[in-house]
Amino acid sequence: MSVASVAPDRETIARHTARRTRRNVIADGALAVATGATLLLVLTILVVILFDVIRHGTPHLSWAFLSEAPRDGMTAGGIFPAIVGMVEMVLLMTLAGVPIGVATAIYLHEYASPVSPVTRAIRLAVANLAGVPSIVFGLFGLGFFVQFLGAGIDKAFFGSDKVFGQPALIWAALTMAVLTLPVVIVATEEALRAVPRELREASLALGATKFQTVFNVVVPQASSGILTGTILAVSRGAGEVAPILFTGAAYFLPLLPKSLSSQFMSPSYHVYVLSTQSPDVDATKPILYATVLVLLALTFTLNIAAVVVRARMRRRNAGGAG
Amino acid sequence: MTTGKTDQEPTPPKLTVKDLTVSYGDKKAVGPVGLDIVGQHVTALIGPSGCGKSTFLRSLNRMNELIPGCRITGSVHLDGDPIYGPGIDPVAIRRRIGMVFQKSNPFPKTIRENVAYGLRIGGINDSREIEARVERALAQSALWDEVKDRLDDSAMGLSGGQQQRLCIARALAVEPEVLLMDEPASALDPIATAHIEELINELSANYTVVIVTHNMQQAARVADYTAFFYLGELVEFDRTDVLFTKPSNSRTEDYITGRFG
Repeated sequence: MSVASVAPDRETIARHTARRTRRNVIADGALAVATGATLLLVLTILVVILFDVIRHGTPHLSWAFLSEAPRDGMTAGGIFPAIVGMVEMVLLMTLAGVPIGVATAIYLHEYASPVSPVTRAIRLAVANLAGVPSIVFGLFGLGFFVQFLGAGIDKAFFGSDKVFGQPALIWAALTMAVLTLPVVIVATEEALRAVPRELREASLALGATKFQTVFNVVVPQASSGILTGTILAVSRGAGEVAPILFTGAAYFLPLLPKSLSSQFMSPSYHVYVLSTQSPDVDATKPILYATVLVLLALTFTLNIAAVVVRARMRRRNAGGAG
Repeated sequence: MTTGKTDQEPTPPKLTVKDLTVSYGDKKAVGPVGLDIVGQHVTALIGPSGCGKSTFLRSLNRMNELIPGCRITGSVHLDGDPIYGPGIDPVAIRRRIGMVFQKSNPFPKTIRENVAYGLRIGGINDSREIEARVERALAQSALWDEVKDRLDDSAMGLSGGQQQRLCIARALAVEPEVLLMDEPASALDPIATAHIEELINELSANYTVVIVTHNMQQAARVADYTAFFYLGELVEFDRTDVLFTKPSNSRTEDYITGRFG
């Protein structure tokens, strides 16, 4: 057969294959080592931090630490007001930011024309908002919420009293809501994008309006993604210090916030205060470690909640059997 | 097995298509096509991939306009009423002309809620009426016996063939006049396909069915009328037995004898 004469002989093929295989083995090995090393590096950093925090933090952890206010210039006592402050701030921020973020994403993805200049401008704004350093959000909150909105409310309703025209729980929560807004919008849009076109078509072909399709099919289908993104955004916001620094977080408060216009304590700001402002470093150190441990535990809890929610929603949508 | 139901007397057309063209951007996908679809019969659209048969089908209940850049000219009338035109609500059209898709697409809800969806969005809230119509639709799609004990289980747990019959039940529950089917059995095994074909035969007693299929044997088995599309044009449209035995166009003959496609 003529094929044999043009085709390279068996030995040549074997030689070439062997060389190629050798090269692949080396490349594969190098890649495995490199990626494995980075994984190890990341894990090591995480483990070292966790180990250090847990080792130094647990001895000081007690029911009293979690349920008492700080005492003696923060060299004794607990962090109860800070935990309560964080919970209240996070709840308010979620209430204020998430509905707006989800609604914006639904509008952008389902209703807005993708090519219109307005849509593009909104998207650009969202992308830029996500890149703004958090301290700038803090200054924005101080300028806009506290000095403009708050002072305006005072002038209109409270005469010369300073009620809302000073850093307060509500302003910190709103500032934080603005900070987490782009994360919520992007996560929600991502979740909406993942809804298969077939499901939308199925609904529309049954004579559903666009509104019915969006709210009966698309949003429920995207809800696990929306919820996961929201929880992650919230957990990120919960640990921030800079945005609440000027807008509501207090250095020290023995009492819990009484109203929206009260200041509040936050564990993250408390960590900053303990580590830089303490009159007695040795007495503060165990408190500092325990506070960090509690802060980490709270954020991890939120992150784990996100994972659990996602897993449960996925299982529900898959319907048990394959 | 043939349908044995090719009437001799002329029936008034259910759908009248005149000079229909569909373009995506500047690219013409279909047409101009003129075609009369006879009521309470099965009409098959056949042709090679990309010939425009699915696009044509989707323009019969205004699903194409969901695709950005899609432009449609010409006219389609349902029982003499235009379906395209200013002031005509595509939602109302889609209630009269239902659709089943190539890939079964049940909602991630229970079996019951899948079938009830079209009723609920149509404003029916009476639970007894919904119950009765869900049962009737599932019975019509030959699924009732298999699912009657697990109506509240997720539809995602059904097999592929059952899911597709559920989609048919969902479409039937809103009682459309016309049922469009876009290769409804192409993703199914032979047994499930036989189920669907049997079902199409039964449905044609009450509904006007238009089915796109890749499979010429399927067209021959289920359809009373067959239209052959090629490169966006309607090449030939006739009674199925005529088209398959005495095609008048040589391209039709080449396609059905397997010379291309």
